[in-house]
Amino acid sequence: MRLITHNMLQCHVKGCNANNFPLDFQDVSLEQQEAELNEDFLRNMLGKIEYGALVATCLKLNITDLPSTMPADANTNEEFLQALHRVMLETHVISGKMVCPNCSHIYIIRDGIPNMLLAEHEV
Amino acid sequence: MSRPEHQAPPEIIYGGDEAKKYTGNSRIAAIQAEMASRAVELLNLPEGSPGYILDVGCGSGLSGEVLEEYGHIWVGFDIAPAMLEVALEQEASGDLFLQDAGQGMAFRPGTFDGCISISVLQWLCNADKASHHPKARLIRFFSTLYSSLKRGARAIFQFYPENDDQIQLIMGVAVRCGFEGGLVVDYPNSRKAKKFYLCLFAGQEVQGVKQQLPAALGEDEMGDPNEHGVQYTSKKRNDSRMRSNKRSSLKDKNWVLKKKEQLRSRGDKTANDSQYTARKRGPRF
Repeated sequence: MRLITHNMLQCHVKGCNANNFPLDFQDVSLEQQEAELNEDFLRNMLGKIEYGALVATCLKLNITDLPSTMPADANTNEEFLQALHRVMLETHVISGKMVCPNCSHIYIIRDGIPNMLLAEHEV
Repeated sequence: MSRPEHQAPPEIIYGGDEAKKYTGNSRIAAIQAEMASRAVELLNLPEGSPGYILDVGCGSGLSGEVLEEYGHIWVGFDIAPAMLEVALEQEASGDLFLQDAGQGMAFRPGTFDGCISISVLQWLCNADKASHHPKARLIRFFSTLYSSLKRGARAIFQFYPENDDQIQLIMGVAVRCGFEGGLVVDYPNSRKAKKFYLCLFAGQEVQGVKQQLPAALGEDEMGDPNEHGVQYTSKKRNDSRMRSNKRSSLKDKNWVLKKKEQLRSRGDKTANDSQYTARKRGPRF
């Protein structure tokens, strides 16, 4: 799972509606996989990502490539887009856990695939 | 035609060997790819702007490959772990999740620029467990999907409805969850090429323009142009005996000579061949 997708995930357990984003990573192993830089896509996503959550997640994973606030000229700042691409689209989480900060539900990641299935009472 | 959704839940039907068979079969792969590319076409995304697309029931990533060809970044989920394993083996380019569509999805509001789904919705109409209520599952699915789509984004579902009631149920729930749109039936007159696409709009207007339901393919034709069957022609048989009114005798001179030769070879007594052998008799009074 790429970090861009983690930035879009929130807990979906029944009744867990507030403070359910971002999911906390625990015991994760990371892997870098090269991908083609697609600036148009990044520009499209700039408005959608929660930048604060992304930076906080990265700091937890010891990734310090990103500035703490999004630069004002993010659309045209190539250096920033490069860094964003490296972090969001090339960093894959291979295994570990994601824990909901609100209800502490644990989503286990195996082979890069998070298990998002819920038990019946959680739906 | 047998329906896999009548046999067992999807994670069992598409488990182990079946997952590999499904992906290895070039015919299934070709059909899936064709339907996926039609679905992407129906998404009607602006050209040249790569989007973030959700693939519901991505399986082994066949439809993901099509999305990738169109330049989109995709995220997919499926309930069958065996299919996801095959997707991993094939190095699918999208992010994969193990997730049940009927449990809803866990994405933030406004995440996706579009959603496609190939041959999935009919599975949601089944109750595979005692706790499953198809309508409740559909409601949860469509309501969470609606919120995870960008305003004005489209969701295209190719599916195989079993009957009209299923179509009514699915469309009723989708409308209740806020979607607009309708059903596009491609090649409605063809038995094989007929395909149902549910086109849903999460919000009717995009930049002040009302979204129109796309036109179906092959509505006025007899069927799929790719179908090559044996065509009936009323052309008469090309038979020389049928063509001429004057029928020549089957038992002409050559036939008589052949028969006589056969008799001689058996040692029977036959008259010698002469100019009178098998000659035409003149008309009699």
